[in-house]
Amino acid sequence: MQATATRTGLRSQRKRPVQRLVRVALFLCAGLSVMVTGGIIYALAADTISFFKDVEPASFFLSADWAPQSGDFGVLELVFGTAIISLGAMLVAGPLGVATAIYLSEYANPRVRKVIKPILEVLAGVPTVVFGYFALNFVTPSLLRAVYPGCGIFNWASAAIVVGLFILPTVASLSEDAMRSVPTSLRHGAYGLGASKLRVSARVVAPAALSGIVAAIILGMSRAVGETMAVAIAAGATPQIAVNPCESIQTMTAYIVQVAGGEASTGSIQYGSIFALGSTLFLITLALNYVSIRFVKRFREAY
Amino acid sequence: MNVMTQRPNVLAPDLEDLVNEHETSVFEVRDLTASYGATPAIENVSLDIFDKKITAVIGPSGCGKSTFIRCFNRMNDLVAGAHVGGKIFYRGEDLYAEDVDAVEVRRRIGMVFQQPNPFPKSIYDNVAFGLRVNRMTDHLDDRVEKALQDAALWDEVKRKIKDPASALSGGQQQRLCIARALATNPDVLLMDEPCSALDPIATTKIEDLMHELKADYTIVIVTHNMQQAARVSDLTAFFSVEGSAETDRSPRGVLVEYDTTEQIFTAPNDRRTEDYITGRFG
Amino acid sequence: MATVATSLRRHSNVREQLSERVVAVFLVGATLVGLLALVVLLVTVARSGAGQIDVPFLRNFASRIPERAGIWPPLVGTLWLMGLVTLFSFPVGVGAAIYLEEFAPKNRITSVIETNIANLAAVPSIIYGLLGLAVFYRALEMGRSLLTGALTLTLLVLPVIIISSREALRAVPRSHRLGAMALGATKLEAVYKTVLPSAVPGIMTGTILGLSRAIGETAPLLVAGAAAFVAFTPDNLLDAYSALPVQIFDWVRRPQPEFQALAAAAILVLLGVLLTMNSIAILIRNRYDRKTR
Repeated sequence: MQATATRTGLRSQRKRPVQRLVRVALFLCAGLSVMVTGGIIYALAADTISFFKDVEPASFFLSADWAPQSGDFGVLELVFGTAIISLGAMLVAGPLGVATAIYLSEYANPRVRKVIKPILEVLAGVPTVVFGYFALNFVTPSLLRAVYPGCGIFNWASAAIVVGLFILPTVASLSEDAMRSVPTSLRHGAYGLGASKLRVSARVVAPAALSGIVAAIILGMSRAVGETMAVAIAAGATPQIAVNPCESIQTMTAYIVQVAGGEASTGSIQYGSIFALGSTLFLITLALNYVSIRFVKRFREAY
Repeated sequence: MNVMTQRPNVLAPDLEDLVNEHETSVFEVRDLTASYGATPAIENVSLDIFDKKITAVIGPSGCGKSTFIRCFNRMNDLVAGAHVGGKIFYRGEDLYAEDVDAVEVRRRIGMVFQQPNPFPKSIYDNVAFGLRVNRMTDHLDDRVEKALQDAALWDEVKRKIKDPASALSGGQQQRLCIARALATNPDVLLMDEPCSALDPIATTKIEDLMHELKADYTIVIVTHNMQQAARVSDLTAFFSVEGSAETDRSPRGVLVEYDTTEQIFTAPNDRRTEDYITGRFG
Repeated sequence: MATVATSLRRHSNVREQLSERVVAVFLVGATLVGLLALVVLLVTVARSGAGQIDVPFLRNFASRIPERAGIWPPLVGTLWLMGLVTLFSFPVGVGAAIYLEEFAPKNRITSVIETNIANLAAVPSIIYGLLGLAVFYRALEMGRSLLTGALTLTLLVLPVIIISSREALRAVPRSHRLGAMALGATKLEAVYKTVLPSAVPGIMTGTILGLSRAIGETAPLLVAGAAAFVAFTPDNLLDAYSALPVQIFDWVRRPQPEFQALAAAAILVLLGVLLTMNSIAILIRNRYDRKTR
């Protein structure tokens, strides 16, 4: 028995301590991400809690009067700003993004698609501060004032338009993925019945990909909600509920940048307010992403 | 061979003859069962694999042939949820014993896969891979050349040894994979349907090669091609699927018959074997 | 017979034909809007900024007088950030990807980590700024330093690097791993001798694209304490710093057209940096593509 064991030598292995060490190191790399989440929650929670010791949560969440200098922290004015920008951006990116996706997935030939997709990716890679510049130096003076000359230089319409352009590639590319994963057999089935391309796209592909498209739009929405620089530059810094698209507003993100960029002293209520806003923002985007993932899952189950 | 007596003797009577005839068993498989999660793959397989012989494993798809030979080099360890029960003794030693290292096992028992899977490296680096991993880097050039010669590929590639392996034809790639496995001087060569992705000419070359390799290696080959089994092997194991939804036992592979290839193809003992090789089933 | 033949002709259904056309035109038009926006954006920036770029502009410090203002400190700051973020995020991100793709057992811990990374990728960048402010700036007392900015951006790009590296690893055929391990390679050897070399181009491209996004970020740096005015270039990790996007933001906010032009010029430089990074990514991809195929 002993002799055979030596001959085959199946046990004469090194214990491979390096392998074990590397594995632990790699695990720690992956585990770091959990610590980052912990860090985010810690960072947001600590100051949010102390903020709510000074400010009634009810007066924060239910009042629409944001005037930190005079001690009024009614977040609804900022929430309105964030919501109107996101909806406006969606008005731009939703139809354009889905139309682009339909064109790329159903109409364009592969060579055209190969050219257009990377260009759209470049659009998505433009830093948002550049979109702010674009809003201020082109969208407002050359587009909006061509329609309505009295438009203020800081207005929410221009911000919504550039944020829409910024999220357009996200919506287009995710929707296109959803449409392209609709099985070809489904399309062929419809073509075989004599349906036109339009019919196939609108009646077969789009409905089949619907939850994927919805997911793309919600994800774009969540990007718009978190978008900061373009809005901080283009929409100005006037917390108010302004339905007129030519007026200035302020979003939650823009306010955070305004305060953090200035010199609010650590521990002041104003300083605490940006963390309270951060928490609110965090929860809103988390909810939107959750909904988006649910839609994607539904889509995956279908195919 | 006092080792023999320590192990359960479960061979069928006619296999006892085979054991006596051939003397050296490289593997002794006893009550081998393998499953993936809750799905059984093979059940209660017992047979011996003999030294310097080619053993073919045949049977309809889903009968667990591939699962079976992957037990010999513990490749099933790499599949999440895979479980292997029963025993395999490799030259008298329990392959699945607690302290046996699967990596050491694979260094002695080479494997060639269904699809040629050369690494995206040069021909030379492909053959040298196993040598480097096993720290057999002395006379590396000679070892690489020897392996390529053994795999009957040297003449075709000696002038482009630094070219990427992906430039070779499918058949050449498969022989490269054989050379890669031979380079480290394994004891056994496992071949999992090595010709199923190849054309007839490439297949013939590999079969010729196997005949030559038999002098030095023990070979176990899984094949869905009965003619191939008949052409190349000394012994043949026929697996079949048993159980189905109707019998409320999920289907699993079982060993139906194991004998010399001649016996299996001319006078099988089991009705199911006969049906399969005469084409009435599968 | 005759009626059947004519019904195959195109004009048989004029209305449907027409709506087909209209919709096709609309779809092409919608696609062009995105492309056109990019072109107009670039032209707007270039027309205003191109004339401003010269050596003094690149070498000067910030100034209240537009003619004397330059981008030297923020440019150096951005290059510092780029180096540091690469140094921090690349090993950790790729390591995490290798663990999750190659080693992680299928259990609760793994699925928690995976969900967590997917969620982190969707967190708005400004939240990372608040994280940097609370943890690096204040709790760890790094202040308005280069290190604070670099660590903040590192955490921001980690999920992106992990996700794209995992995709690159997943694209390597499983047969390569099995082949290596059948030859007696350990799992680790199989990964670094066969899987990693094949995945390197994908990992590099993904990482560089992630980094280029980080380099364009403004909000997290502003919140975590980057300064718009720095009278010196940073030369160690705890120095204060500025960065190109921060400088651009500072100029864009000023009403004078001279500063808008400076902003445009700085944007061109920033886009130049990003373009260089992306070209490198494409170059790497093409080079490896040729080598392995």
